[in-house]
Amino acid sequence: MIGEDISITIIEIRGDQVKIGVEAPKSVKVFRQEVYEAIQNENRAAATSMPNLESLSGIVIQQH
Amino acid sequence: MEIQTKALGIVPIVEKQIIKLEQGFYGFDSYHSFALIDAPQKPFIWVQSLEKPDLAFLAIDPFLFRPDYEIDIDDSLLSPLEIKSPSDVLVFALITIPVDGSPITANLQGPLIINRQNNRGLQAILTDTRWQTKHDLVAETAVKRGR
Repeated sequence: MIGEDISITIIEIRGDQVKIGVEAPKSVKVFRQEVYEAIQNENRAAATSMPNLESLSGIVIQQH
Repeated sequence: MEIQTKALGIVPIVEKQIIKLEQGFYGFDSYHSFALIDAPQKPFIWVQSLEKPDLAFLAIDPFLFRPDYEIDIDDSLLSPLEIKSPSDVLVFALITIPVDGSPITANLQGPLIINRQNNRGLQAILTDTRWQTKHDLVAETAVKRGR
């Protein structure tokens, strides 16, 4: 248990795989650490890439 | 009012361009006010921080290049936005332009979701593994056209 309303259980162990269940209130966001880090890293990459705006002009996307 | 921007110098904006992200973007949790500004290169837009002039994200309507894009997210995670109608929802994918010349990518796993009725927004994280942090914008637009 984490606090009063979050529980973590091992659901299954098969070979080298472990299935872990997380039960938490709906308002609690549950993500794997690597997913969270991937989003953080992508945000940093997005923020630091000072666009060469000319590279965008080659992209033509039809607008509805 | 006028604001200092990362890419466009000083730009006049109006109140309705301002969005509030209570949680900020992941990794940039301490910045909460942003302005949506059309980029000179349509259909891109800038998501420009009002608190930090050199913090800005380029973004795009993800449905323009991936009409099959879907956002499957628990309503409770969106509850801070107080969305009353799906038609009030705006979605943007953040764009990464690598400095090394690699393809320009869009982040479809972590979309920016905005309720345009109250201009509250948040960055969601989607669990559907179809949507990744790097989708090649040019390649996937070409696929769409090829259909």
